[in-house]
Amino acid sequence: MSDKSIEERVQEIIVNQLNVNEEQVTPQASFLDDLGADSLDLVELVMAFEEEFKDEIKGEIPESDSEKLQTVGDVVSYIKDKAAG
Amino acid sequence: MKLTFENKTALVTGAGRGIGRAIAESLAAEGVRVICVSKSESSCGAAAEAIRASGGQAEALAVDVADSAAVAAACEQLLKDYECIDIVVNNAGITRDGLLLRMSDADWMDVINTNLSSCFFWTKGLLRPMTRKRWGRIINISSVVGIIGNPGQANYGAAKAGMIGFTKSTAREVASRNITVNVVAPGFIETDMTNELSDTVKTEAAKMVPLKRFGQTSEIASMCTFLASEEAGYITGQTFSVDGGMAM
Repeated sequence: MSDKSIEERVQEIIVNQLNVNEEQVTPQASFLDDLGADSLDLVELVMAFEEEFKDEIKGEIPESDSEKLQTVGDVVSYIKDKAAG
Repeated sequence: MKLTFENKTALVTGAGRGIGRAIAESLAAEGVRVICVSKSESSCGAAAEAIRASGGQAEALAVDVADSAAVAAACEQLLKDYECIDIVVNNAGITRDGLLLRMSDADWMDVINTNLSSCFFWTKGLLRPMTRKRWGRIINISSVVGIIGNPGQANYGAAKAGMIGFTKSTAREVASRNITVNVVAPGFIETDMTNELSDTVKTEAAKMVPLKRFGQTSEIASMCTFLASEEAGYITGQTFSVDGGMAM
C-alpha cells in the first residue's frame, strides 16, 4: 500500500498523463474542459486508474461508470466509494 | 531518397519467410531493430539469425498470432524489454482456399483469426507506448484479393478487406498521437504461398497483371520501409496497391 492519499495518487497520474501542472488538478477541474484531455486521453486515464487502484477498484472500471468520471473530484470519490464497498 | 530511422524498433509478424521476411530484412538494413515473429521457433529464428549475420539487429519471437492470450502475453513481455515498439507490421497470413459452398467453418475462422484478428491483437497490445511517445507506424499487409476479390477465397478476401476497414478506423483514432496506420495490398508475389499454385493458374494469373509478371517480395518491402520511415509521416489511413496494376 502506498503512503500517499488517494487524492495525491490521482493527481500524480493526471499530471503525468495529461502533462499539466499540479495546481491545475483541482477537484472541480474537468478533464475535457479544463485539463485539455481528448477521448483517447480519457481512455488512457481510466486504464491508468485501474492499474494504480487495482486493490481499491477490484477489477475494471465499466464504460457506464467511466463516462460519469468528468472531473478530478468524480474520480477521487469513485475510488473511495469502491474502496469502502 | 535517404530514409530516416532514429533508434527505432519494429515488430514484423509472419517474418519467417516470404513478404514478411523481406520486410524484416529491409527494415534491418535501415538500422531498425527488428523482432521477427512467426508461429514456428525455427522459422523466425532463422530469419533473425540471417539478419544478424548480415550486420543487422534482430530477435526471434515464436507466437501464434491467432491466439489472443498468447499475443497479449508476448506484448507485455516485449514492452518490458523494449519500452516501445515503434513500428508494427501485421503481415502474418494464411490461406484455406475453397469455393464458398464447400468452405468449412474452420477454414473460415482460421483465416479470419490469423489474418484479421491478429491485427487487432497486436495493435491493441502495442499501441499504448506509441500514444505516449507521440510516434508510431502501423502497417497492415492486406492483398489485392481484399480489393477486387477472388473466387475460392471468400475467407481470405473478407479478412483482407477487413484489414482495410480496421486500418481506416484505427488511423482516425490515433492520428492525434502522430501514429500513422496504412495498408499495403500486394498482388501476386513470388513466395511459398503463390508457389503452391499450379503452373496453369500462375500463367493465367500473370495475364491478369498489367505489368505481366509476379512481383518480388523486395518490391513490397520497399513500400513498407518507406511507410515506416520519418519521411512518410503525413500519410495515414491509406491503402497502397503494389500489384503490377491489377487493381486500378
